[in-house]
Amino acid sequence: MGVFRMPSLGADMEAGTLVEWLKQPGDTVRSGDIIAVIETQKGAIEVEVFESGTLERHLVEVGATVPVGTGLAVIRSDGTPAGAHNDLPPVAPVAVAPPSAPATPPPLERTALAGSFGPKASPAARRLAQERGIDLDTLTGSGPEGAIVFVDVEQAWLRRGASVVTGPAKSSGVDGMRAAIAAAMARAKREIPHYYLGHSVDVSDSLDWMGRWNDSHPPADRLVFSALLAKAVALALDGFAEFNGQYRDGQFHAAAQVHLGIAIALRGGGLVAPAIHDAARLSLPQLMTALRDLTNRVRAGRFRGSELADSTVTLTSLGERGVDWVQPVIYPPQVAIIGAGAIQRRPWLVGDSIVPREICQLTLAADHRVSDGHRGGLLLREIEARLQAPEAL
Amino acid sequence: MTGKIQAKAHLTRERVCELLRSLLRIRRFEEKCAELYTTEKIRGFLHLYIGEEAIAAGIIPVLEPQDAVVATYREHGHALARGIAMGPLMAEMFGKQEGCSRGRGGSMHVFDAATRFYGGNAIVGGGLPLAVGLALADRMQGRNNVTACFFGEGAVAEGEFHESMNLAALWRLPVLFVCENNLYAMGTALAISESETDIHRKAESYRMPAAVVDGMDVIAVEAAGRKAIELVRGGAGPAFLECRTYRFRAHSMFDAQLYRSKDEVEAWREKCPIEHLKTWALGAGLLHAEETAQIEGEVAREVAAAVAFAEAGTWEPVGDLARDVHSPGALA
Amino acid sequence: MTTDQGGTVATVTYRDAVRMALQDALRRDPRVFLMGEDVGRYGGCYAVSKGLLDEFGPERIRDTPLSEGGFVGAGIGAALGGMRPIVEVMTVNFSMLCLDQILNTAATLRHMSGGQFSVPLVIRMATGAGRQLAAQHSHSLENWYAHIPGIRVLAPATVEDARGMLWSGLVDPDPVIIFENVMLYNMSGELAEDAGGVAIDRAALRRRGRDLSLITYGGSLWKTLGAARQLAGEGIEADVIDLRSLRPLDDATIMESVARTRRAVIVDESWRSGSLAAEITARIVEQCFWSLDAPVARVCTAEVPIPYPKHLEDAALPQPAAIVAAARAVMGR
Repeated sequence: MGVFRMPSLGADMEAGTLVEWLKQPGDTVRSGDIIAVIETQKGAIEVEVFESGTLERHLVEVGATVPVGTGLAVIRSDGTPAGAHNDLPPVAPVAVAPPSAPATPPPLERTALAGSFGPKASPAARRLAQERGIDLDTLTGSGPEGAIVFVDVEQAWLRRGASVVTGPAKSSGVDGMRAAIAAAMARAKREIPHYYLGHSVDVSDSLDWMGRWNDSHPPADRLVFSALLAKAVALALDGFAEFNGQYRDGQFHAAAQVHLGIAIALRGGGLVAPAIHDAARLSLPQLMTALRDLTNRVRAGRFRGSELADSTVTLTSLGERGVDWVQPVIYPPQVAIIGAGAIQRRPWLVGDSIVPREICQLTLAADHRVSDGHRGGLLLREIEARLQAPEAL
Repeated sequence: MTGKIQAKAHLTRERVCELLRSLLRIRRFEEKCAELYTTEKIRGFLHLYIGEEAIAAGIIPVLEPQDAVVATYREHGHALARGIAMGPLMAEMFGKQEGCSRGRGGSMHVFDAATRFYGGNAIVGGGLPLAVGLALADRMQGRNNVTACFFGEGAVAEGEFHESMNLAALWRLPVLFVCENNLYAMGTALAISESETDIHRKAESYRMPAAVVDGMDVIAVEAAGRKAIELVRGGAGPAFLECRTYRFRAHSMFDAQLYRSKDEVEAWREKCPIEHLKTWALGAGLLHAEETAQIEGEVAREVAAAVAFAEAGTWEPVGDLARDVHSPGALA
Repeated sequence: MTTDQGGTVATVTYRDAVRMALQDALRRDPRVFLMGEDVGRYGGCYAVSKGLLDEFGPERIRDTPLSEGGFVGAGIGAALGGMRPIVEVMTVNFSMLCLDQILNTAATLRHMSGGQFSVPLVIRMATGAGRQLAAQHSHSLENWYAHIPGIRVLAPATVEDARGMLWSGLVDPDPVIIFENVMLYNMSGELAEDAGGVAIDRAALRRRGRDLSLITYGGSLWKTLGAARQLAGEGIEADVIDLRSLRPLDDATIMESVARTRRAVIVDESWRSGSLAAEITARIVEQCFWSLDAPVARVCTAEVPIPYPKHLEDAALPQPAAIVAAARAVMGR
């Protein structure tokens, strides 16, 4: 028992119209017999049956258009009792509409695009400007059709450094610096979902240890607290990859080493945060040397552009004359910045006694796209632990 | 070698059974293909050889194993006659990776290195230069092989036909050109596409020995083929055989056959090569009815097994899409 | 003259280099033979195969009738049959008569046979304009062939590549088409006497600069190098990339250069629309967009059939002045 179905005669045949039955119910059919005529887009085609037996009944009437695969007739195989397949319902002819052409989309309104993308700048220039936090509106292009090109951004970046050399008298340099900070910080606040944590750390032991060190070393090898803090931060980040790296092209790229940006205020106004490369690897005296060197060079305007671009995390320390705490702004494309307030002598509970201790308020601003507050808290605790074991720094 | 070839080879009962089996294998395989096409197991274009089986069945078994065969997109019969197993052939029709061309070719592109079967060429006339080159390679390497090249009469209108005929004759290359003249290039009748409808006469202008034979008579085809192949292998250069035949079915599956009359089709069906052989052999006492039934049964089982093989076949992973575009390691 | 390694070098023409390559291949491998129109008794339309008939005889230096489809197809068949044919097509314009065989047979056989057959065939074609041969003998259709998966397309621009690419192409198991620009045949260059096959997968940086990347191939290489010298006089230093292989394209070399210079000008002797230059432009935009400082520029042939008069032919083709102008434009000058 089988069903003779609307055959597929070509890959582009979707349906056919039954024009004529050449075999009637009760007729014997043999495999290869022409059973019906089907009208297709190529004309009428005689179709054959591939089963032998008796045509029991038609399922579709002449004139019906049905899709390929639709049952057209029931064939009772030789030797099968009549009516054994009566449960098969007749198939109602299906109206097959020719596939209609997809609706033509209306032409898009041509919107005025001029000016909506800011100044004409090349892809390379845009990318560099974004990385360095440079506002393209402040630049003049030297490329084709006056476009701002890569080298224009690069030179603006170098000029920013050069303005420091010339000192505060050259107001244009300060303006450039101001514009750069404005662009970077505006971008940070626009793009980076900051979260903030703070923690008060007793640094008395660190200061005591540093005092003993300084007593036993010549002046050239003496340390300041910033060096201890920098080392503690660099070491603590070892287990906190999500705070050390850069966020580019929509994703975070963790850095293999800690290039610790040190925020350094400039006498002429503004500040920069060049990196101490691979800070965790440096000994305290080396770190001290690097800090001193960097500060001198920044204040003399002799730092390299790469020192600014390479930072993977930044430390900003308010220093002796500063206030209690800072809520810093992340420097893009970094994802974290650690702040240290001025060390203050405070009444502090040690055991059950109130004693005077040296207290420093550590803060963390971090990028919520990359890390969460719980981990941030652990990072601050880790820095605290490192500071309280200064001999291991 | 011009004129109708009448010579009938000395036929044994065994040989008659072989020929009948060969014809039936092609016929039943293709009937199953037609059925599988209507149920969408086989897709693309499907060109059936039904009616023309005597040509492949008559000529190809006469070739030696080291000879080469070049055929067209209507090549299932040639593939079976050449010895490509029915299972991999059916799997190729399905597009399965167990197919003889790993499923990449389908019905129109059957290839087999083991039997030197070079397609499966679906550009009309495109296989002829290939055959010339295969024969050139054999000649230059001192191999006494023959390349049998099958094509329809439609190819005769192509420039590549004439270029190939000329090259083969000019360089005296061992090619047997077999024109399967079924009177229609798709839907265009020979009479409205050729100024000279005696196709074999075209070979004369290339100084190539040619013959015309009744392509519905497998015994006549075999005799003519044998003679032509001997001639070619003997070093006389190419030979040309025009086989007058007819395809009983549509050009491909989707064809309303508006270009020919039912009466004409019926008249040719009367000359069915299988019935022709059976009638003659039964009358000559070279075949018994029970042998026919036995062969039919064996062929039916072989076809069923081939379908099962194809059904059980697997689809090549999409990850292999770019495979076999270049030789492995040829392109970095 | 001697090389650093002590080998000798000789000054040869590009034509000589191709002939030496043919001679070497024919001597090394008995399966190799040359076939084409007038390759034997005439000595080759561009005299490339002059003298080879005497050494190798008419079986292996095989004159063919004017039957491009027939003899290219026969080359494919002979390659299938175990030979290593080199088929010469007189010019790329004539190859339209055998495009069927190249596209539908040579390039597809391996694939549609499920990997059973490969076609180790080399086809050489002359290409390019500049000899006042007008509109049926002068076109550059390399990109048509570079469009086709299954074949490799080479464009030797130096005598070293003219000498070396043929052997490398013969070693390749798949069809290889080598385009010889007609303007190069008379060009001389130094060639080591022991020169042999060359790598055919990589483009070559023929000049190193820093300001922009000039990307070209074939006959345009020398015009481009001339333009680069002129630009250097203006303080613009250009990379010059010789593509060498048109299919596959060596993206790595192109992108390394463009990422460094941030500017690209492509010099291509085909018509601009649908050109190889268009393909390379697309790849640069796909792979180097964020490194670009200027729109990618193209210097191509004007979209006219090549005219016969010299001044019009010159005007139609990429010339050094146009290359210099395009380079200045992308530099914003």
